[in-house]
Amino acid sequence: MSAVIDSHSDDHHHGPAKGITRWLYTTNHKDIGTLYLWFSFLMLFLGGAMAMVIRAELFEPGSQIVSPEFYNQMLTNHGLIMVFGAVMPAFVGLANWIIPMQIGAPDMALPRMNNLSFWILPVAFGILISTFFMEGGGPNFGWTFYAPLSTTYAPPTVTFFIFAVHIMGASSIMGSINIITTILNMRAPGMTFMKMPLFTWTWLITAYLLIAVMPVLAGAVTMMLMDIHFGTSFFNAAGGGDPVLFQHIFWFFGHPEVYIMILPAFGIVSHIIETFSRKPIFGYTSMVYAIASIAILSFIVWAHHMFTVGMPIAGELFFMYTTMLIAIPTGVKVFNWLSTMFKGSISFETPMLFSIAFVALFTIGGLSGLMLAIAPADFQYHDTYFVVAHFHYVLVPGAIFGIIAGVYYWLPKWTGNMYDEVLGKTHFWMSFISVNITFFPMHFVGLAGMPRRIPDYALQFADFNMVISIGAFIFGLTQLLFLFIILKSIFAGKQATSEVWEGAKGLEWTVASPAPYHTFETPPEVK
Amino acid sequence: MVLIKRIFAALITCCASLPLFAGWGDVNMTPGVNALSREIFDLHMTIFWICVVIGALVLGFMVYLIVAFRKKEGDKPAQFDDHPVLEMTWTVLFAVILAVMAIPATFTMIRAYDDAEGDINILITGHQWKWQYEYLEDEVSFFSNLSTDLDQRNNIAPKSDNYLLEVDEPLVIPTNKRIRFLITANDVIHSWWVPDFAVKQDAIPGFINTAWTQVDEEGIFRGQCTELCGQYHGYMPVVVKAVSPEDYELWVNEKKEAKIQQALLTEKLWSTEELYEIGEGVYQTNCVACHQVNGEGLPPVFPALAGSDLVLNDKAKQIEILMEGVQGAAMQSYAEQLSEVDIAAVITYTRKAWGNDASGDGEIVIPKEILDYKNNKL
Repeated sequence: MSAVIDSHSDDHHHGPAKGITRWLYTTNHKDIGTLYLWFSFLMLFLGGAMAMVIRAELFEPGSQIVSPEFYNQMLTNHGLIMVFGAVMPAFVGLANWIIPMQIGAPDMALPRMNNLSFWILPVAFGILISTFFMEGGGPNFGWTFYAPLSTTYAPPTVTFFIFAVHIMGASSIMGSINIITTILNMRAPGMTFMKMPLFTWTWLITAYLLIAVMPVLAGAVTMMLMDIHFGTSFFNAAGGGDPVLFQHIFWFFGHPEVYIMILPAFGIVSHIIETFSRKPIFGYTSMVYAIASIAILSFIVWAHHMFTVGMPIAGELFFMYTTMLIAIPTGVKVFNWLSTMFKGSISFETPMLFSIAFVALFTIGGLSGLMLAIAPADFQYHDTYFVVAHFHYVLVPGAIFGIIAGVYYWLPKWTGNMYDEVLGKTHFWMSFISVNITFFPMHFVGLAGMPRRIPDYALQFADFNMVISIGAFIFGLTQLLFLFIILKSIFAGKQATSEVWEGAKGLEWTVASPAPYHTFETPPEVK
Repeated sequence: MVLIKRIFAALITCCASLPLFAGWGDVNMTPGVNALSREIFDLHMTIFWICVVIGALVLGFMVYLIVAFRKKEGDKPAQFDDHPVLEMTWTVLFAVILAVMAIPATFTMIRAYDDAEGDINILITGHQWKWQYEYLEDEVSFFSNLSTDLDQRNNIAPKSDNYLLEVDEPLVIPTNKRIRFLITANDVIHSWWVPDFAVKQDAIPGFINTAWTQVDEEGIFRGQCTELCGQYHGYMPVVVKAVSPEDYELWVNEKKEAKIQQALLTEKLWSTEELYEIGEGVYQTNCVACHQVNGEGLPPVFPALAGSDLVLNDKAKQIEILMEGVQGAAMQSYAEQLSEVDIAAVITYTRKAWGNDASGDGEIVIPKEILDYKNNKL
């Protein structure tokens, strides 16, 4: 505790700068974390607005509000913005805020690079969104941008899209280098690897995944660029290339990418369940090994996204088996969370509600994932709404509920004020109910034969689609309440204590609320 | 008010169909119409019920935890944080469950993956946004286009029962014969799916994939393209009509006869009105998707035909574009897709419609000219 008192006494000369320059020039991990979180929140609403357009178009059979061409632009950018603009930056924001405080470090290891890795993100998304105002419109080939639809047959703006993806990748790689360097070098004395908080652990592994696969994505878009402008034929069969090569490269990036979007959420939820069960996390060691196994397996399962491309049967079987293996470490994690709650003393504040919903609904998403892994059955599931249901279950009540839970959990530490618990619980129940109304019926229409990415559909899918759209509108509106709750806690609310939560453990709860601009300038001792 | 009534009706149908199992077909995979599709359906149901049991146990245990261990005054939470035997046990248990799933899946996979030659072999080619079917043995070839009209899609006319799942000319196959599909594409990647056959195979330009089916009963089976292939991806259905082998023979002979008749038509003397009328129909089926009903196109990707200098004054170039397509653009060659009559008619139509006849040279194209173009190339 003495370390905390030190950091208060000798640091009054060095607060944040005034005005806009505080944000433009900042090298402070807390400021940069805040920037990341607000940016991802903005992107969540932009990507969400696109989802609303999609659901309005699908409200009834027949053409509704947009053309098929614009519909494709909406579904493409909804995916791109949610993945690269909302979920990933939100996790980087949480990492910036929380990792240095969890490991007792004064800041990130590379603060200037930290500033750069954030500030190129708005540039990347500015470029991406500007394509909507250009001739030919924005990207319209799906967030997976399969060649040759994204090369020979793409709108001319695809070059801007490629440039934007490059910048996003650079931002992610810089962010990851920073996080790895920080965790490896700046832990407080006595904090060995196996004493590291789980959120830090998940991010360490996630950062390695990012460094491994972002260059692969960069390679894929560079090959596209060459095919489009410089006469190569990487993905063009007429020139000796192979369109399926694109899919292999894309999913070699893409599958680790989906774990990049869920592993940090595992870490967040582990902390929250531990705190509100007032009991240490069950099976810490197996948790760490499970995360590492998921990360390693993520490199050898990619072609389960491609069971219908005409792989040899040995490939089909190999990727089916490896994909099924992922269920083992994932199952271990779910059982560990349940065992943590077992014989605990559980209270149900908003972060805990979101975390419990995370475990329950992520389990549903995991089980539908197991069904999708069964290659012969996947011939019927592939590219239907069953797949859409599956990945939205792991991304919305999975990754996004994890982020929301983390925001509620650490918000008092950031603002110094408790959020409004009644509003928080309202937000939870509205979200929980509407997310299921939205995504559960997608399983049914998918199994019944509705393909994904279509702007209009046959009549037998009409009833469920209307229900899905209503659920989506409620879910979308509910998130405005989340914005209100955050703003309210910034400006008012009950003063939070240092510990904030009764059962909270970890170094971040030893500093004052709101956390001072600089923390742990003298490293704490971890026993 | 009508809308609110619709919403209530939808909610009621959805709620009612679940507990009553009233509409299994609306909420579950189809068992399909042949041995393979039924086997895949059974596999799906086996895995599904295993997942339901696991899910019910996990969620049920969660509810128990939430109820039994909610915080009470003065309770002391336990402090244990691991149990190696238990952890090992459930890890092994997961592995066993997965092995149980993997075994039947492997056998089904091997049966599904069988590319031995069929009694009938059909080359399926995906085009933006239609399917082409070529019967390799019988030299029959045709295109299959969506036949749902624009008025239905734009909510002007009431929607038919098979809205978006109907075509002008279905794929016809005989029952009780092994059919092998050779699947490829001409432009972007498409995917040919008929749920009732449990056949879904990507159509990839430059590569040929195989799939097969054998249908026991006559009937009409509907599916769709399942790989995003551009703006009209949602509008390229697959319709397969299975008929008795005798009817199939009759149908093949009719198609061959029609081909001969078609060739004779090029010799006929055509009036402008006749060509215009046929051309309008051809335009509606093949051209409106890109060039639009009013001929304005969707620039810059799809150029306008109305008022286009090329359409107004350069007949030869226009014939060439229809026959060869345009390199690097969405415009494909129609030389194989349309008959000489149809090509001549549709060119005539575009040169006459939307006021083009007044501002251009107004010349028509007759089928003979298309035939000559083809012969000169040889």
